[in-house]
Amino acid sequence: MISLAGRDILHSWSKFVLTGIGLGLLIGVTLTMAGVYRGMVDDARALLNNSGADLWVVQQDTQGPYAESSSLRDDAVRSVLGQPGVARAANVTYLTMQVRRTSEGGAAPAGSGDDDVRAMVVGFEPGQPGEPAYLLAGRHITRSHYEAVADVRTGFTLGERIRIRRHDYTVVGLTRRMVSSGGDPMVFIPLKDAQETQFLKDNDAIVNDRARTAANPSLNRPGVPGLLEAIQASQANNRNVNAILVQVWPGTDAEAVAEPVRRWKHLEAFTREQMEEILVAKLIATSAKQISMFLVILAIVSAAIVAFIIYTMTLGKIREIAVLKLIGTRNRTIAGMILQQALGLGLIGFVVGKVAATFWAPIFPKYVLLEPGDAVRGLVAVVVICALASTLAIRIALKVDPAAAIGG
Amino acid sequence: MKTSSIGTRRFALIGLGVLLVAAMTYVVMRSGPLAPTRVTVVQATEGQLTPQLFGIGTVEARRSYLIGPTTTGRVRAVAVDVGDTVKAGQPLAEMDPVDLDERAAALDASVARAGSAIAAAEAQRRDALARRELAAVNARRYVELGRQNFISTGAVEARQQEQASADALVTAADANLAAARQDQQRLAAERAGLRQQRANARLLAPADGVVSSRDAEPGSTVVVGQAVLRVIEPSSLWVKVRLDQARSGGLVVGLPAQIVLRSNPGRPLPGKVVRVEAISDSVTEERVAQIGFDQVPAGLSVGELAEVTLSLPPTAKAVLLPNAAIKRRQAQTGSWVIDAGTLRFVPVRIGQASLDGQVQVLDGVKPGVTVVVHSEKELGERSRITVVDALEWRRP
Repeated sequence: MISLAGRDILHSWSKFVLTGIGLGLLIGVTLTMAGVYRGMVDDARALLNNSGADLWVVQQDTQGPYAESSSLRDDAVRSVLGQPGVARAANVTYLTMQVRRTSEGGAAPAGSGDDDVRAMVVGFEPGQPGEPAYLLAGRHITRSHYEAVADVRTGFTLGERIRIRRHDYTVVGLTRRMVSSGGDPMVFIPLKDAQETQFLKDNDAIVNDRARTAANPSLNRPGVPGLLEAIQASQANNRNVNAILVQVWPGTDAEAVAEPVRRWKHLEAFTREQMEEILVAKLIATSAKQISMFLVILAIVSAAIVAFIIYTMTLGKIREIAVLKLIGTRNRTIAGMILQQALGLGLIGFVVGKVAATFWAPIFPKYVLLEPGDAVRGLVAVVVICALASTLAIRIALKVDPAAAIGG
Repeated sequence: MKTSSIGTRRFALIGLGVLLVAAMTYVVMRSGPLAPTRVTVVQATEGQLTPQLFGIGTVEARRSYLIGPTTTGRVRAVAVDVGDTVKAGQPLAEMDPVDLDERAAALDASVARAGSAIAAAEAQRRDALARRELAAVNARRYVELGRQNFISTGAVEARQQEQASADALVTAADANLAAARQDQQRLAAERAGLRQQRANARLLAPADGVVSSRDAEPGSTVVVGQAVLRVIEPSSLWVKVRLDQARSGGLVVGLPAQIVLRSNPGRPLPGKVVRVEAISDSVTEERVAQIGFDQVPAGLSVGELAEVTLSLPPTAKAVLLPNAAIKRRQAQTGSWVIDAGTLRFVPVRIGQASLDGQVQVLDGVKPGVTVVVHSEKELGERSRITVVDALEWRRP
């Protein structure tokens, strides 16, 4: 018994293969769009995972370091460490900024857009929560100043000098999947440097501020030597951080630790679930919905196109089907042929799409997460759509008049 | 003809199918949950490490002098400028003496007048002595005549009274002379004091050094405690370095140091710890130490940022691991050990660390054990891994 479907495919194989590849690329786009959406949500989760915290302590009445700006004194961590149930706690700062790569000769010329990278600069205390959990290459920070660990997405390499505000940092380690909720790669630097980066103004502003203070007669009194210097010194430093990352002892309820912090320390504390809620449901909600809307439309359009392709392909063979009917082929054989072809096309399309999506996903500037679950759902959808589309085509095929083979 | 054509097509199609299946297999194996995590490993080895401490500091002068007046006044002249080298005792600036010179002239005149007063007193004394002598002779003569009853007793007593008066006059003249001398002494002392005040208006260099700042110009008024000039001793420049308290173990006087100045990052300068301050900064959580240069470089500027690396003596032999191999799981510190192809998290106790990223492992890992250093993602007990030489991760 010969396979009618196989014979037909062999007959017009180029058409079949090209249609399959075209279909595959379309499915690939849909899978990628799903990946973009998943990647977006995963970026937000990665941010929480990487911080390694069970509890975020932030400024009172603010929603954390990620969704809102928060600022608290860097000695607040000591009183948090004294709370029952707290295993480890550490200060952390976050600042999204452009990080410049310095050439050997000095700073990169201003305005050369290629040499700066948008990154989230994280100030952390080595060995404490907030540290990158794993490295791809190099080592962790050992000096208390001017060393950095960067996400590979920044494009920095080991030993490279990068410039953050006025200081040059040496990249000593590379890590991966350390991103902000917006998908910007992270650059980890020691906390003290980060505090300075975040709160220290540029030199011109400092000089201007000094002049302004000196011009204020109540701050620069003639009879009080040293007053001006003292005021200027107090203006130049800032000992604030954005959040305290807290790890609780295993088996301790994070909410039970958070409650006294909120009540008695006059700070806000978020548990992991609350933080995820803030990030996923509030921070990226609109953009994620935007993408998911697009994904839904793309999925519907793809399904329609797949259905139409299968349908028109069958219509294109109406003459041959009429001949088959004329020579007395059974309806089941004809239906089977159409179904087999449709499913084959769908399978080829899916495989091509999956492979294509996997290969082009890393080229995307932001993270594209191709979840196996999505792939399976996609496969089921493709098979179902192909089957549905082919039933439409089968109805047409079975209704065709054998006389059409001879006529028109 | 026809059959062979169909045969080639069939082969081509089968080839295409195989290619697709191969690509799919590759994709499934490379990404997703089935894909193994690529890791790099290292064999734990025994060795020594040289722990180092790192801190940043600023160049400061150990001896710096604020030179200003001891009374509020107006600056009359400033003789030196920033950067000038000065010798000990060299006049640097002068305060306006206002009326000191005039008061000195007045005192000079007063002292001269006191000298005249002494001369007058001396003359008076001589006069008194002469009168006393005459009175004594007269009295003696009258007493003699009185004893022979040539004259009345009243006349004798009158002469005796004259003699007593003359004695008293001499005493008064002596006292006058002494007073005149004391007056002269007083005026001389006042004049000396005024001269010292005048000298005090001149600001002199207390030691050899370099003028580091000129804070007041002629004509400006400065109060007590305010500086007109600052002088530093360039040979006393050192680096005040701040070290993170958590990484300051082993900080003692005498440790060799490498100082890298911000102005010259390519050339580290040798030095050593000359002072460790007993009080550390409780706000910044830093310890403070002073590092002296073995040889103070020329053209060093006070306030310049410097990076200081201190070398501690080498540690005893112990297992060494790169710090990237030390992970934290919940509250545990440990490493991923590959044991007969399976991953195992082994808690370790870590000791000292060097700046190049080597960590001393006190116990937990034996020498020769294979330990995971780098990994593509966080590992778990059931992670599938493949060991590679390096996780080359180029930007796509």
